[in-house]
Amino acid sequence: MPQVSMTVNGKATSGTVEGRTLLSGYLRDHLGLTGTHVGCDTSQCGACVVHVNGAAVKSCAILALEADGADVATIEGQANADGSLNVIQQAFQDHHGLQCGFCTPGMVMSAAALLKENPKPTERDVREYLEGNICRCTGYHNIVKAIMAASGQDVTAIAAE
Amino acid sequence: MPKDTGIGAAKKRREDVRFLTGAGNYTDDINVRGQAYVHFLRSDVAHAKINGIDTSAAAAMPGVVRIFTGADFTGVGGLPCGWQVTDRHGVPMQEPPHPILAQGKVRHVGDPIAAVVADTYEQARDAAEAIVLDLEELPAVVNMGAALKDGATKVHDDLTSNLCYDWVLGQTDDAAVQAAFDAAAHVTTLELTNQRLVANPMEPRVAVAEYSRGTEDYTLYTTSQNPHVIRLLMCAFVLGLPEHKVRVVAPDVGGGFGTKIFHYAEEAFVTFAAKACNRPVKWTASRSEAFMSDAQGRDHVTKIELALDADNNFVALRTNTMANMGAYLSTFSSSVPTWLHGTLMAGNYRTPVIQVNVKAVFTNTVPVDAYRGAGRPEATYQLERVIDKAARELGVDPIKLRRQNFITEFPYDTPVALTYDTGDYNGTMDKLEVAADIVGFAARRAESEKRGKLRGLGVNCYIEACGIAPSNIVGMLGARAGLYDAATVRVNATGSISVMVGAHSHGQGHETAFPQVVAEMIGIDESMVEIVHGDTSKIPFGMGTYGSRSLAVCGSAMVRATEKIINKAKKIAAHLMEASDTDIELKDGRFTVAGTDKSVAWGDVTLTAYVPHNFPLTEIEPGLEETAFYDPANFTYPAGAYACEVEVDPETGKVTVERFAAADDFGNIINPMIVDGQVHGGIGQGIGQALLESCVYDENGQLLTGSYMDYAMPRADDVPFYAVDHSSQTPCTHNPLGVKGCGEAGAIGSPPAVVNAVIDALHSGGMTHVAHIDMPVSPSRVWSAMQG
Repeated sequence: MPQVSMTVNGKATSGTVEGRTLLSGYLRDHLGLTGTHVGCDTSQCGACVVHVNGAAVKSCAILALEADGADVATIEGQANADGSLNVIQQAFQDHHGLQCGFCTPGMVMSAAALLKENPKPTERDVREYLEGNICRCTGYHNIVKAIMAASGQDVTAIAAE
Repeated sequence: MPKDTGIGAAKKRREDVRFLTGAGNYTDDINVRGQAYVHFLRSDVAHAKINGIDTSAAAAMPGVVRIFTGADFTGVGGLPCGWQVTDRHGVPMQEPPHPILAQGKVRHVGDPIAAVVADTYEQARDAAEAIVLDLEELPAVVNMGAALKDGATKVHDDLTSNLCYDWVLGQTDDAAVQAAFDAAAHVTTLELTNQRLVANPMEPRVAVAEYSRGTEDYTLYTTSQNPHVIRLLMCAFVLGLPEHKVRVVAPDVGGGFGTKIFHYAEEAFVTFAAKACNRPVKWTASRSEAFMSDAQGRDHVTKIELALDADNNFVALRTNTMANMGAYLSTFSSSVPTWLHGTLMAGNYRTPVIQVNVKAVFTNTVPVDAYRGAGRPEATYQLERVIDKAARELGVDPIKLRRQNFITEFPYDTPVALTYDTGDYNGTMDKLEVAADIVGFAARRAESEKRGKLRGLGVNCYIEACGIAPSNIVGMLGARAGLYDAATVRVNATGSISVMVGAHSHGQGHETAFPQVVAEMIGIDESMVEIVHGDTSKIPFGMGTYGSRSLAVCGSAMVRATEKIINKAKKIAAHLMEASDTDIELKDGRFTVAGTDKSVAWGDVTLTAYVPHNFPLTEIEPGLEETAFYDPANFTYPAGAYACEVEVDPETGKVTVERFAAADDFGNIINPMIVDGQVHGGIGQGIGQALLESCVYDENGQLLTGSYMDYAMPRADDVPFYAVDHSSQTPCTHNPLGVKGCGEAGAIGSPPAVVNAVIDALHSGGMTHVAHIDMPVSPSRVWSAMQG
């Protein structure tokens, strides 16, 4: 079986995988990074979003071998160096942007990618960017609000928390 | 000022930190040393006789541990149904067997035929493809009307027909009902479908089981809303295992919405196979499997008739519903169209005569059971749609018509078996009119029309029966379980508290909200209280979380247990201060002797309880741990009023939800932030049902919506921000917290508001011929309706 190597959350990793092993499977089963979730098998739900070389990628939609040599970031590497929640994570907690928590890692990773390319997104920008991330719990209200708050915008005018 | 601690405070959730950092512990994150993996070979046809299963080639494939078929399960029970409905003639429902693996026949796409256990998941799946099936395909019954016709193909050969039961509630005298209709000044009739949905919690189901040869103990990790219920059903009815040798753990669970209440074949299978293979066995559903194996929701076809007198008072209501059970009876399937649906047909209104008729039907489709709201959304949808239609036919304002018929005196005995303890429907509607800015609608409509769009306003009310339920009542109605709940409050020597609860949190934030109650009762910091849930080896026998019951039932048990703790702690404090325990007051975590300056701290008393050197040992036992079981005296009755504004594009029929407002009366509220979030989520699902979602089978029983490519889940850009108001509060009169439950309201109250709004928009555009459009109100359906 082929060997794969990649940097994950700043650490060098390597493993032996089947050709058909997905990046999500490598992260979860080989590295034990179970924060990346798999919620579907058609690359629709976005629970598995990670960053590959800085870009948001659905890790169920690429093979582990395709990420050979890549720099990968997952939800486990998002907190601040002192372990505290980063700005986006903190905004999700402050604005109740998660309930069951299953879609949350993908939401946070997508939000980070959005804010990198669009630091002050409008409500419409956020909603359209999240097209590829499904949440069944929140009705999206507090997710959109959290992401706008994380961008430094005043969200107090938005209806109830 | 809003409180920042205790009951009523919008505390941020403590569980969020682990979920936001990837440190949650969901069932698929659990791996047991040496585990094997199972893949289920499922039927790809809706109805067939199994003439042969040749596993010989598959068994020789790499990594295969063992292959199981129905023949391996002839000695064990089938999956039980937890509610026996009795039909209109007093006859029990038809109750077919529901095997773990198919026995002789498959009855729906996804019915499991064989199970391959192998060293890896990929090997199990590869081997399953090498199993040779000899299936003799049979005609499938999919449509309920066709299934009930004489001579229809039977889903179960041993049953007399595809009719599970024919049930009636309310006024059973047909002539009396007809007389009320004959005397009415106006009758509004509506035929509608409440389409089949798939619950779709984002975490697919997972089950991992291990068996210890040394102790003969089993542990099952499973994605469940109620681990004790699963243990009881699996041990007592399916596998015949002693309950005390089986531990069921439901760790972090990624959403439930009802579909993780039920006991599923896969859970029983992995438990059975763990012993049979002498290896832990793990199953993780793919989303495609979830679409054909998770119990689905709704699927009612209804004719509803509302009779009004000359003054527009409701005088009679009659419904005829067909409810799809699918191919087998899932755990609580039979109760959904009956006691969770028929009993709600009075809604928020005084209607003296009500008759509810329900025929439950077997078809060659995936079983149907509770999905968020479970019966109550179906009741609300038909009632609130027919009222809206009546208002339009009579030319009266739909809000005024509702207000005129509201129940205003409580308690109120409905003609359909419930007693509403409290409510203020006019007050709640007042809140809605403000939250929705109803007076501003005309201006918004004018603005939409300038842009060539049609704008509609839809309003409706809802009531639900939650906090299920009084065990003696549900027992009379056919429930095969009690519906109390339980909590154990364990005070540690240093004063911190572990509360073991029967409720299960899979998004509801119990770990944050429950401590707010205990901490306030004692007057200590919430960080000193920890909630333990989801593990039968740790928690008392509670019934779990569904039906918006966690706080109303389990929370009440927690309050009762905490009261016992306080009573005992006061006795210890009295001893320490040489006073009478009747003189002891507890405030802000200190015990004082009334009228004196004597006091001892909470921590002094708790330490004394466990280090009882100076202790009234002749009067009370050492330690400080109490359990309470709470069985509610009645259901709780959350109620509310919702408003939706839509824009319809007359060119394409595309509907856009522009505004959505909800006014709910949940009684008292522990954490308003969490309550808002529950309502938001329910509204999101309700808008999903109204505009997007539909589980579709073709005439052969093929599941056409088997993935997120075909089943339209609501996305962030399908919904607006919601305005939520829960300041209308009439506390529940019969539980200690005065709470009613908020988990299902949004999903119950929102679909009719959306559809009412679409009809209003079309009428504003002159398309007054459109009386109704079935959900999902898709562009093609709207456009077709517009064409007449």
